[in-house]
Amino acid sequence: MLSYFLRRVIDVIPVLFVITVLAFLVFYLDPADPVLMIAGENASQRVEDAIRDRLGLDRPAWVQYGTFVTNAIQGDFGTSYRSRQPVADHIWPAFRATLVFTAVAMVLMVIIGIPAGILSATRPYSWLDSIVMSSVLLGLSAPIFWVGIVFIYVFAFKLGWLPTGGFYSWQAVILPALTLALQYGAIVARITRASMLDVMDHDYIRTARSKGVSARSVFYLHALKNASLPIVTTIGLQVASMLGGTILIEKVFAWPGVGRLLVNGILERDAPIVQAGVLLIATAVLILNLLTDWLYGVLDPRVRWS
Amino acid sequence: MTGGFIVLVAFIVIAIASPWITPTDPLRGDLRLRLAQPSVELPFGADHQGRDMVSRVIAGSRVALLVGFVAVGVGLIAGGILGLVAGYYGGIVDTLIMRVMDIILAFPWLLLVIAVVSILGPSLTNAMLAIGITLVPQYARLLRSVVVSTRQHDFVQAATALGASHGRILWFHVAPHTLGQTIVLSTVSLGKAILAEAGLSFLGLGVQPPTPSWGMMIAVGQDYLRTHPHLSIVPGVAVMLVVVALNLFGDGLSDALNPTRRK
Repeated sequence: MLSYFLRRVIDVIPVLFVITVLAFLVFYLDPADPVLMIAGENASQRVEDAIRDRLGLDRPAWVQYGTFVTNAIQGDFGTSYRSRQPVADHIWPAFRATLVFTAVAMVLMVIIGIPAGILSATRPYSWLDSIVMSSVLLGLSAPIFWVGIVFIYVFAFKLGWLPTGGFYSWQAVILPALTLALQYGAIVARITRASMLDVMDHDYIRTARSKGVSARSVFYLHALKNASLPIVTTIGLQVASMLGGTILIEKVFAWPGVGRLLVNGILERDAPIVQAGVLLIATAVLILNLLTDWLYGVLDPRVRWS
Repeated sequence: MTGGFIVLVAFIVIAIASPWITPTDPLRGDLRLRLAQPSVELPFGADHQGRDMVSRVIAGSRVALLVGFVAVGVGLIAGGILGLVAGYYGGIVDTLIMRVMDIILAFPWLLLVIAVVSILGPSLTNAMLAIGITLVPQYARLLRSVVVSTRQHDFVQAATALGASHGRILWFHVAPHTLGQTIVLSTVSLGKAILAEAGLSFLGLGVQPPTPSWGMMIAVGQDYLRTHPHLSIVPGVAVMLVVVALNLFGDGLSDALNPTRRK
């Protein structure tokens, strides 16, 4: 049991290595000269040397990589080229803002996705099922940022119910979270439906039926419990990939999160910000994937022994 | 599936023919028409530089198709070779390749694309390459699984007994078995790549102006959303139509190739 959880943690180590290398390369391969970016055009040679020395830019790449990892573990992500402030001062408030609406989106995704999938599975190939499945197809095919823009037009401009963006009130969370939840909820609905239909074909369902268990309790007690494994896995993976989706949503809704910081960092050629953003989102995704794996092991003992 | 196929063929024809069928030059605007509302002459109106939106949307299909095909090509060739090699040789080569694929697959595609683009710099070529990289693991996984199941067959052993080289066996005896599923995956991947390109251009990290891209049109349109919603909505509908068509066509193909799944 314990060895399963430990094994998963060990599996994570090479991934963590790849993430840190990728984040390191973002800064290392950046064509801009960090000394010039920090000191400005008119700095004296002494100031430039001091900065070069402090950043360790004259040392070999692998030493710089080591320094980068050590600093990052201690929460030091360097200095932003634009604001000349520590990157950490920008990145942590942004990360909190991203987590707030991702958490709301996650709850909405589950509330929308699972019932929609169950509803479809109770009456497969009915008109109800076709409606749900067509919505799922549309949800998966529409560009997520475009859906957000359509929502802004309808709910903010036409109906005037909700703000267009920013993070100035709790109502502002609703539209970005809903946009995110609908797209990822579509996948949850699809998996819920498929795994319910799959489980319903099994022998033990037929046994329960022949014992005279009512259709309703066969469905909700016997089938749903066994169908829940792939559903839980999907939700875990979707939450992880949602963090990627936030990058697009944050631009649409002018949300002060990591995604927007990251994109602006690239456009403004602020490599330390980009580096920290990539590292932070990737690590968060990694942790979520690990938690999903663990949860899977808790729910299904067979997984632990394989 | 038929509907999907028709939309798909229309999209490809329009994309290829776009330089000759746009009513006006999609790059040259007439400032007197700046932000013109939709009318009989300009069914989708004109953008902030007075460029006809019908022409812009038609021209945007070309970029979508180009990025889509090149990205899928990158994914197919790189992922295909890795998958064939991993499945055929097995052992440490297999473990190593598939571990790397798992790592790539564990990440949100957009984050990966952004990391690659920020290292290489935003441009059309880099966008195609970055999106292609995100497609590699799926191809590697698919081809590997088919190869592993095909390798056991008698005809592969017969070919080996006849003295055929590894390369020959892989290419002439094993690879053809992967064709059906590869086509299905490519259809779905093409949709993903087109969505990815739109997203990247929306962020300003993909195709650079003045080249018309649907994602960029949606981004520019957002600035005029209150008064000119069609500037964002029309290109978005174009993306959605193409991706829905690809998904429907892919589902249909996969059912046709796998009759036991049909219900």
